[in-house]
Order: sequence, then structure tokens, then C-alpha cells
Amino acid sequence: MALKRYLFAIVLALLLGFLVADAASAQQPTPSDDQVNAIAKQLYCPVCENIPLDVCPTTACAQWRELIRQKLTEGWNEQQIKDYFVQQYGARVIGTPPPSGINWLVYLVPPVAILAGVYILYRAFRSWKRPLAEVDIQPTSLEPPAETDTAQDEYIRRMEEEVRKR
Amino acid sequence: MVANLGFGTLIITFLVTIYGAIAAFIGARRNSPALVDSARNAMLLTFPLLSITALSVIFLLVNGHFEVKYVADVSSKSMPFYLRLTALWGGQAGSLLFWSWLMSAFVSAVMLRKWDRDREFLPWVILVSMITLAFFLILSIFVENPFVSFWQSPTGNITVSMFQPAGSTLFFPPDGNGLNPLLRHPGMIIHPPMLYLGFVAFVIPYAFAMAALITGRTDDRWIRITRRWTLVAWIFLSLGLVLGAWWAYDVLGWGGYWGWDPVEIAAFMPWLTGTAFLHSVMIQEKRGMLKQWNMVLIILTYDLVIFGTFLTRSGVLSSVHAFAQSAIGPLFFGFIGLTFLASFSLLSRRWNDLKSEVEISSWFSREALFLLNNLLFMGIFIVCFWGVIFPIISEALGIVGQGVPGLAGIFTGQKVTVGPPYYERATAPLFAGLLLLMGVAPLSAWGSSTSKTLGRLVWKPFIASLVVIVALLLGGMRSWPAILGFWLCSFVAFITIYEFWRAAWARHQGRGENLLRALWLLVGKNRRRYGGYIIHLGIVVMALGIIGIELFQTETQGTIPQGGELNLGKYTIRFDKLSVWDTNDGRNIALADVSVYKGGKFIGQLHPRRDYYYESQQPMTIAGLRSTPEDDLYVLLVDWQPLSTSAATFKIYHNPLVWWLWFGVGVLIFGTIVAAWPSTEREKVVITRSVPETSKA
Repeated sequence: MALKRYLFAIVLALLLGFLVADAASAQQPTPSDDQVNAIAKQLYCPVCENIPLDVCPTTACAQWRELIRQKLTEGWNEQQIKDYFVQQYGARVIGTPPPSGINWLVYLVPPVAILAGVYILYRAFRSWKRPLAEVDIQPTSLEPPAETDTAQDEYIRRMEEEVRKR
Repeated sequence: MVANLGFGTLIITFLVTIYGAIAAFIGARRNSPALVDSARNAMLLTFPLLSITALSVIFLLVNGHFEVKYVADVSSKSMPFYLRLTALWGGQAGSLLFWSWLMSAFVSAVMLRKWDRDREFLPWVILVSMITLAFFLILSIFVENPFVSFWQSPTGNITVSMFQPAGSTLFFPPDGNGLNPLLRHPGMIIHPPMLYLGFVAFVIPYAFAMAALITGRTDDRWIRITRRWTLVAWIFLSLGLVLGAWWAYDVLGWGGYWGWDPVEIAAFMPWLTGTAFLHSVMIQEKRGMLKQWNMVLIILTYDLVIFGTFLTRSGVLSSVHAFAQSAIGPLFFGFIGLTFLASFSLLSRRWNDLKSEVEISSWFSREALFLLNNLLFMGIFIVCFWGVIFPIISEALGIVGQGVPGLAGIFTGQKVTVGPPYYERATAPLFAGLLLLMGVAPLSAWGSSTSKTLGRLVWKPFIASLVVIVALLLGGMRSWPAILGFWLCSFVAFITIYEFWRAAWARHQGRGENLLRALWLLVGKNRRRYGGYIIHLGIVVMALGIIGIELFQTETQGTIPQGGELNLGKYTIRFDKLSVWDTNDGRNIALADVSVYKGGKFIGQLHPRRDYYYESQQPMTIAGLRSTPEDDLYVLLVDWQPLSTSAATFKIYHNPLVWWLWFGVGVLIFGTIVAAWPSTEREKVVITRSVPETSKA
């Protein structure tokens, strides 16, 4: 009888132990403020204009930060949380428009414009440089307007020359 | 009474402006000096008249006339005198009036110059300035009148209007709403005037440019006259931007100084084109080139100044719908469109007269490198412009798309945010390119430089800058963007210092002058050039701060009990105590005492605090800041958890090198003063004559 009681106690203790261990492993530690901020930093308050969620002082934003913390506790990863916010509040909550549809223009227009500028400049340089070979024969036409800057360059050059001679 | 006086003078000013514009136009067409002089007097009269108007607003603000809507909107009984005074530019109506006032002051100052040699410009400068001024006065009179008052009808309804509606009496609210607490900061008090001074000063080179186009006097005279005005505009705009950044750093409590917010970019865009202009006019002065391009740049700068005011004032940034709700947006839009079209049609008329006198002779000549500099500035401008207007376009297209079934899928109309990641990635390489050019371009000669001549001047500073890379690598730095950034900074700094050294050494050797004296005389002889170099050094120093905070900022946040500690890198802060009290100006202050330890050693106390404004129900977090050349420790008391004396939440930022950003601004101002300081003509003549012009290589 005593043995039975011992066995029962051991089984109970083991069961309890398993239960406790299981509960402990299921309960994740609360995410730190820094973990929340790391994600909130990349999101923009859907209400206030252009203020990242990690620093926005409004109550609504405080609630959204708590939402991030909750999702993190539930085991969501960064991308899932961001996707969730986009789904809930639209593309404006992320700092860069998602590259789809008309949004491609955000990324395409500046480089195209700059490359066009480079091309125009290149063409201009080429066209400027060509006639110059002929003009070079009459250097007077190239004389810059007498200026102190050029004079100063010349002055320094001559000074250095003299120094070298000594 | 005072409101009527202010409004009355506003109307009179507007009439004077219209008269001045007409008199200037007819005076120029009929060649009548008397009419032009009369127009000039009209221009001079606008300043005292607008002073009366502005002083009326100030009087109403200071004396708490809350029956005037503007006064009730931006001030309150609890505000101290200086804040009531500066509330003149604390709200929309006041700031537009302030714009006009500053502009009339600047243009009046231009009117007072000697016009003997440039009389043909005078009527057209008056005309352009008067039209711009008239536009802003129209806004003040018809849309954003700072003098409208509250009226109470016998039934108790409160209405807002300038003149007394029949049967109603003035309504006196007991107190005003008060200025937005975020704006109650020294940085914010000086920031708008600086920015506006920069804005209005750019109207002057634009007015002269238009005068040059109209009169056909398209040589570089207009540029020479306006050179100093442009520099003044540029430094004020720069200061305005930097003060805004300082305010953001100090007040907004997000540990940064620049958030790529559309409002910031709105002020940054004219700075970009203005800086490009400042450089490219030199090519016109020295080489007679790029006349058309300079016109394009100054027209762009002028319209971006107006566009900047439009963006921040029309509500278009928050929503396309807000834009349509007030008349101010469409008016701005119309004015920008009109001036843009008028300017470019004038330019196209003179296009052929503005052809270059000479052409580029070498890829490495200074003008070629300056052109590249212009390209980079324009590149950054395009990135900024597109980033700011894209969300507006996207939203507007969405409205169009809704009406056309086929387009609804493409133009979703979904609001998007174009935020810092976009701007940072797109502009960083362009800024790096600019920094490199800033070092190399001043070494190349006007007209002709080859890779060889340039290389001869560059190799010594280049080797020295490589030493910096080695030192950084040995010091354990592995961030490539940072190494590239620091290398660029050191390269440019070495080149610039070497330039000073080379010239001073030549004087020292040639004339036996003491080195310091040689340096002094050298800078004195060519202030513009060496002032420019000092400005470049200032930019390099600012870049150090920017690299430091952008690439090495770290942060942490945590809730700690009293006596508890929070660590960030080498730093530890200990929460000592929290005091909470009410002030008699309507605030509740929560102030924390935290001890700061560096490497375990106590280095001082900081007092982050949070002011809660009862009136506007708005909190304001003010950082406890410890700033040294090495780094800033920026401690915030954040209210993620309810504040209590037992535990509080702190956020700490570690911002390396950011001190240099502010220090660099000092260097920048000094350089601008050197560059703009009037030099005596006589000296110039002597130099020019003493050197035979054999500078062609």
C-alpha cells in the first residue's frame, strides 16, 4: 500500500513537473522596448504625418506599439507584423512605397532624369570640345575676362617658380 | 481700432504696390524717368506702410486682443511677452504678412543702392518685386487676413469677419488657444525669420535676372550686382535650415535633426538650386558661359521659394482634399504657374542672345567640374522634388482613376509615404560625389586643366587622406560607408588646407612675410575665393557630424525603478528621482534627475523632462543632453508607461560626432562673411595689371 502511495506521488510529481515545464516553455518573455522600437521605427503613424511610430507621442501610436509587442509575444516576425500593418492601414504606413503599379515611378523617375542629365552634359561637352580644335589656332578668342582669380593662380605659379629658382 | 488701422494700411500698401507696378511698367515703356522714380518711391513707401500693419498685429498680440481671431489662435494670457511678440510668425496669416514685410524691407534696401550704371534695370526690378509683393498682399487681404475678428449676433451666434455684421457686437473670448508648445523654443523663434529672409532675398537676383531678360542686357552685369544678395539669401536660407534642424533635435525628441519631412524638403529645394546657381554664376562671370542655364536656375529657385511656401501653407501635403478647401492653395498654384510660364517665355525670347561666348576646352577645367557639380545638385533636387510630390500625384491620380473604370486598377489612389529610406538611399551617393568635387574642383583652372595638372596638385593631399583610411582600419572601423565618408572628408579638408598653405608659403617665400600675416593678406586679397574655401571646410566639418549620427547612432529604451540603471555602450544612466509640479503658465512639468556614468565613472547629471500643456493638451519631451565633440548622450523621458516617482521609461540615444554638425555651421557663417565682405576695387586693378595674362596652358 505504501509502495502504491509512493508510486502515485512520483507519477503526480512527474506529471506536475511536466505541466510546469510545459507552461514555462509556452510562456515567452515579454519583448523589450528595444525589440518593439526596432519594428516601430520602420512604420509610420497612420494618423500623424511622417512621424515614425517609435517616437510618435500620441495615444493612438502608443496603442499601435502595444500591438507590435503583442504580435511579437505571439511569435510573429518583423515582416509579418509589417505586412499586417500595411494590410490594416494601407501602404502609407511603410516609409517607402511598395514597388508595384504606379509606385514604380517613385524609383524610376529620378535615376532616369539624372541619367538624362548625364547624357545631355556628355553631348554638350562633346559638341563644345569639337569646334575648339579649330578655335585653338586663334587663342585670343579664348582669353578669359581679366580676373583676379586667374591672376591669383598665375601669381602663385610665378611665386613658386621664383622660389624654385633660388 | 488697431485692427482697422492695420487692415487699412494693408489695403493702402496693396494699392501702392499696384500703382508702383503700373508706373514702373509705363515708365520703362515710355522711357520716363519721372514715372520710374515715382515707382521707386512707391516701393520705398511699402516698407513703412507694412511696418504699421505688422506692428498693429504685434500690438494686438502683446495686449491680448483675443477678439481678433489670429491673436486668439496663436497666443494666450499665460504666454510671456517675447512669445507673444514672435507669435507674429506663429500662424499662417501672420507669417504670410511677415513674408511681405521682410520682402518690402529687402527690396527697399535694393532701391537705395546707386542705380547710375544700371538705370535700365530699375523699372523692371520694381515691377517683378511689386508683382511678387502684390501676390502676397492679396493672400493677406482676401484669404488669410490676420485682422478678422469674432462677432456675436443678438441670437448668440459667433461669426468671424473683418467688418461688423449688422446688429452684432464684438465678441471677446476670455483667453486664446496659445502657441503650439512645440514652437516655443528659441530655435523655432529664429528659424522662420531666417528662412523667410533667405526666401525673400532670392527674389532679388530673380528680379534682376528678369530685368536683364526684358532689357536684353544679358551680359553678366545682373550677376555682378546681385552676387552679394545671392550670398546673403544663401546664408540666411542655410541658417534657417540649420536652425530648423537644431529645433528638431532639441524639441521633437526623436534623437535626430532631419527627418526628410516634406516641410523640411520644401525649404531645402530652393537651397539646392540656389547653391547650384551660386556656383554656376561664377562660370558666367569668369568665362561668359552658361548664361541660359543660370537663368533656368534662378527662375527655378524663385519658383521653388514660392512653391516651398505653397507646400507648407496650402495643406496639399496632408491631403489633396485639404488643398481644395481653402483658396490659398489654388492661388499659389496659379501664381507659380504664371510666373514660371512668363519667366520661361522671356527666357526663350532671349535664348539666342544667351549663347556662350566661349566653349569648354577640357574635361578637367573648372567649368566642366562646376557643371558636374550642378548636375549633382540638380540630381538631389529631382530626388527631393519627386519624393515630395509623388504622394500628391498618386492620390490625385487615384481620384481620376475612380472616375475611369479602366484606370482604377492602376491608379489606386492609395496614399503612400515617401520617407527617409527613399531619400537617404537616393541622395547619399550624390552627396558623396558633391563632396569629392568640392575638394577637386577648386584646384582646376578656368579654361584648361588636364588630368596631369590636376593630378600634380592632388597627389599629396590624396596620400595624406589614405593615411586616414589606414588609421581608421587600424582603429577597428569596418563600416565601408563610414570609411568612404571619412576618407572624402579628410581628402577635401587636406586639399583645402593645402591650398591655403601653398599660397601663404609662396607669399612667405616671395615677400618674406610672416606666415600668419601672409595668410591674412592672402585671404584679404581674394576674399571671395578663400571665403568659398572656408565655406567648403565648414561643409566638411558638418559632414563629419552627419556621418557620425547617421551611421553610428545607437539607442535603447527601458523602464527602470528609482535607483535602477540603463546601459548603452560605454554609458550607464541611473534614475535618481522624479519631480512633478504645475507651473503658473499652464504647464505640468515632470523632471527626472539621472546620473550619467561613462565606463563606470560618474560624469554628470542630466535632466530630461516632459512638459504637459494643459491648454492644448499636448506633451513636449525635452531631452537631457550632454554634448561633446566626441559624442552626444541624449536622454529622453518617454511616457510609454505612466510616469511615477517609483519607475519611469527612458530612451537613450548615443549620437557620435554630431557636435561637429553645429560647429561646422559656425565655420560656414564665417566663410560667408569673408566671401561677402566688400573688397576695395583698387586692389583688384593693381593685381590684374601686375600680371600679364598668360594663364592659358
